[in-house]
Amino acid sequence: MAEQRARTQDRIATAVLTAIAVLTCLLLVAIIAKIIISGASKAFDLSFLTGKPQQFKEGGGIGPELFNSFYLLLLTLLISTPLSLGAAIFLVEYAPDNTFTRLVKTAIEVLSSLPSIVVGLFGFLLFVLSFGWGFSIISGALALTMFNIPILVRVIQQALEAVSAEQRDAGLALGLTRWETTVHILLPAALPAIVTGVILSAGRVFGEAAALIYTAGQSAPALDFLNFDVTSLSCPWNIWRPAETLAVHIWKINSEGVVPDLTMVSDGTAAVLLICILAFNLIARLISRRASRKLAAE
Amino acid sequence: MKETTIPRTLISTESVGVLYDERERALGDVTLEFASGTVSALIGPSGCGKSTYLRCLNLMNREIPHCLIEGRILYHGRDITKPEQDLFALRRSIGMVFPRPNPFRMSIYENIALAPRRHGIRGKIALDELVERSLTAAALFDEVKDKLHTSAYALSGGQQQRLCIARTLALDPDVVLMDEPCSALDPIATLAIEETMRSMAARGICVIVVTHNMEQAARASDRTAFFYLGQMVEEGPTERIFSDPHEERLQDYLTGRIG
Repeated sequence: MAEQRARTQDRIATAVLTAIAVLTCLLLVAIIAKIIISGASKAFDLSFLTGKPQQFKEGGGIGPELFNSFYLLLLTLLISTPLSLGAAIFLVEYAPDNTFTRLVKTAIEVLSSLPSIVVGLFGFLLFVLSFGWGFSIISGALALTMFNIPILVRVIQQALEAVSAEQRDAGLALGLTRWETTVHILLPAALPAIVTGVILSAGRVFGEAAALIYTAGQSAPALDFLNFDVTSLSCPWNIWRPAETLAVHIWKINSEGVVPDLTMVSDGTAAVLLICILAFNLIARLISRRASRKLAAE
Repeated sequence: MKETTIPRTLISTESVGVLYDERERALGDVTLEFASGTVSALIGPSGCGKSTYLRCLNLMNREIPHCLIEGRILYHGRDITKPEQDLFALRRSIGMVFPRPNPFRMSIYENIALAPRRHGIRGKIALDELVERSLTAAALFDEVKDKLHTSAYALSGGQQQRLCIARTLALDPDVVLMDEPCSALDPIATLAIEETMRSMAARGICVIVVTHNMEQAARASDRTAFFYLGQMVEEGPTERIFSDPHEERLQDYLTGRIG
């Protein structure tokens, strides 16, 4: 009797859990399919990808936004990766078990749960106003850095902790310092996991809008890729110019856009954004799979 | 092979004890001597303090927070527990092999060359020669000479452990500590490790091996010390320890009544 009931219970649980899993997948596939199908006509159109955005007419492109997104991402990673690496190495390898360490860990956790709009407003007050940097790429990159550091620290921390303690012992027992052990033994072993984590965090940074609205700004000056005068507004590499990204562009068009083909532009931008993020995820998976195969046995 | 020298004491401990968190005693009052060119076995049931003791000898216990070492550890006549002792220099000349093979995630060659390079040995010729010499000393060179630049992880467990021995020997230590080096290995690989222990001793190295395998102690060691519940109970020539144990606890352990 009881056995019968347990078996029925098990069967029902399996069915319900499978249904939930399938539903989740379907939801994801539906969203991706909807966005890509709606935006396909634009997203695979080269003139849209490279063209200038329009204020009032139809037919605008997202060239500057696309470039801005990647440039901001690059700068953010350049700033946040070394900082996170340092913080994670400190926490895993050096930090004594005391109040200060616990404080740092709590601070990182709090930082990771801050709403991104709050990070954006803080960046607005500090970088844009107090420092007088205005709406600029550097303001945006620093805001995104604050947003990205907690994620990266955790990823790198986990990657380092996953390297077995025996590797650390082996290094120390050979008379290497803690630093040498970290740099020459632990980091190489953790590198695949770290790279994967950085790329996955890049996906989140790439799609972030709220933290950028008030820091990198909502305008995208036309870019001239032959202009290498870094003080000029049209020089793509100028970090003091405002730079609207893809995600901010979507928000901007939908909230205050007046172009007639607003929906088309918005759908196309969303599709491009999504494809980029999917690509990040795919690359991260490829790298981690290849690396784990390489480390397991060569 | 170095000329057969008269064994001389390389490392000795006087009343060494270990405390965790300043109150939990893991080990108490161990006084032992270890000579060059000999293999010494530390035996006893799990948790008896033998590994804790071994990890005092190269101060690996210093890596554990709140771990306190009492007593004196004399290495070449100098007390290494003094704060001015250079940890890194000490561990260069006192090597250590761990219970599970732990090669680095690199090529066989890099596994051996990494530490010597950090300690200042440069140049391809010098390093090539050192890698070959170390692998030969660990009886591994012939098996891996054609794949020095492939991953160490492709080796069998026994080969990995001999690679770890070679890695230690590359720093030319005069003491090698082995912490249950065969616990993850099959009997054939175990025999190969034991032969390596003997050959290290023949070259004048002082080998100290922790083992819970009494046959291993009987086969490979010259002297044996028995640990029980954080204390060193009895020590002597291996043959005598196994044939004529004095202490009752050792007799009970050898006959399987405790442990």
